[in-house]
Amino acid sequence: MLEVKNLDKSYQKDHPALTNISFTVEPGTFVAIIGPSGAGKTTILRSLNQLIKDDSGQILIDGDDIRSDNKTQLRKHRRQIGMVFQNYNLVERLTVIENVLHGRLGYKSTLAGIFGRYTKEEKAEAMSLLKKVGLEDFALQRCSELSGGQKQRVGIARSLIQHPKVILCDEPIASLDPASAQTVMQLLKDLTEEYNLICVANLHQINMAKKYADQIIGIRKGHLIFNEAADLLSEDILRTLYDQDITKELE
Amino acid sequence: MQSSAKYLTRKGWHQTAIIAIIGGTYLLGSWILNFDSLGGLIALPKAFGWLGVNFAPTPKSMNYLPQIWQKLMQTVLLAISSTMVAAVISIFVALIGSKVTGINGFVQTIVRGIASFFRNIPLVAWSMILLFSFKQSDFTGFLALLLMSIGFLIRAFMEIIEDEASETMLALKATGANYFQVIFQAVLPQILPSMLSWILYMIENNVRDATLVGILTGTGIGFLFDLYFKSFRFDASGMTVLSIIIVVIALELISNQIRKVIL
Ligand SMILES: Nc1ncnc2c1ncn2[C@@H]1O[C@H](COP(=O)(O)OP(=O)(O)OP(=O)(O)O)[C@@H](O)[C@H]1O
Ligand SMILES: [Mg+2]
Repeated sequence: MLEVKNLDKSYQKDHPALTNISFTVEPGTFVAIIGPSGAGKTTILRSLNQLIKDDSGQILIDGDDIRSDNKTQLRKHRRQIGMVFQNYNLVERLTVIENVLHGRLGYKSTLAGIFGRYTKEEKAEAMSLLKKVGLEDFALQRCSELSGGQKQRVGIARSLIQHPKVILCDEPIASLDPASAQTVMQLLKDLTEEYNLICVANLHQINMAKKYADQIIGIRKGHLIFNEAADLLSEDILRTLYDQDITKELE
Repeated sequence: MQSSAKYLTRKGWHQTAIIAIIGGTYLLGSWILNFDSLGGLIALPKAFGWLGVNFAPTPKSMNYLPQIWQKLMQTVLLAISSTMVAAVISIFVALIGSKVTGINGFVQTIVRGIASFFRNIPLVAWSMILLFSFKQSDFTGFLALLLMSIGFLIRAFMEIIEDEASETMLALKATGANYFQVIFQAVLPQILPSMLSWILYMIENNVRDATLVGILTGTGIGFLFDLYFKSFRFDASGMTVLSIIIVVIALELISNQIRKVIL
């Protein structure tokens, strides 16, 4: 279970980016965080794996507070948290399978990691995950040769090989065409169920959030103003969230 | 409509003014330096004519070729080795000095300072300074080229790291990879092509510069050119220059091929 309690963060004095954010997510749940640009979605997501150091509050993963970790403990926590990026953030010059195997680095000794020495089991798992995301024929291709949708699926495979409890996705479909976007969202939803994951995704597409997410969290100016099952997202809520009528988005 | 027409007229005026300023500066400069523009222009063909007659290699200059070739290879190797050593040093320094992989703000400022210091002292000045300590030897030339190349490469590598590696770095950091794993698995593979491209450019550049440094340090092809020139063997000097040009062009062609393959 992921529990966030009273999280605060300000980048500059007297300009809070997050104020008193609290929510919980059960395993096997796909959560969408929605809200206008600059609301604080990325800040929340990056606090969850401490790429951003927040100011106060608690972030509990199965009861352990990741905020009080030292370096070694943080590394152990981070390998249980996969991350998927809008721009994929792959090493473009390396092959698909090498990029997937990068997800194992958190489990390896420094030297084995530096030289990219992976075990047979790790390589076999990378192949089976590539099969799962539909890229088994691309294993030895350079990432720079893939389409956006394919790159994003490599990113997802890289996070899965970490054996994560949580996967964080910062606008995973913002750079994709509608068809690839559907594929990626469906994949994330299926994986959440299959591996009993907690999947948290920042989304700008409200229709996608409604269609694929189980739970929706609405953020406005750093405050949490909605946190319910996806069906309960109403036009009224959207109007307060975005300060204008965007009911058409729902259809 | 009206205002955009006005804007374009004004822009036309600006361009005229800029050209007038450039022309005025030239005239003022010539006047201060007592430079006779017309005389200079008339002398130009004559100067090239003289060059063509005296510097043109004759069949007899072919005899110098083995000697020229030997010194030229020495100079090319000097340029390559100084660039390679500079590259190895620079990559380490750039890693600890860049904004994304760097240690801290203090180290970053120091590294930036050192790089710009090495870069902004002219090569000739470096050679003269080093001549005091290391006398006229290959090592003086090597060191002068090394220091200047380090100045350039540190700066270039830091910019490459900051531009090309920050996103992948973030991704690997998020998987729980530690600093050295991130450097070797994400940063270095990601920046390799751009880095090699810079190293190749630096080698080409250093071959040209090594010639100049050689004149000062009395080594390599620069020394040979100086020797022929001062003993009035102009055809041999011409042969030397021609050989340098051929080798530089050849190097450029080779490195363009390498670039095509790696990029
Ligand atoms: N590194 C930073 N330094 C200073 N302020 C920042 C920094 N990163 C974010 N902010 C500020 O914090 C607030 C929240 O930003 P955040 O990136 O979390 O928004 P977001 O909801 O992800 O927006 P978007 O939908 O555009 O990605 C914004 O007001 C932003 O200007
Ligand atoms: Mg964002």
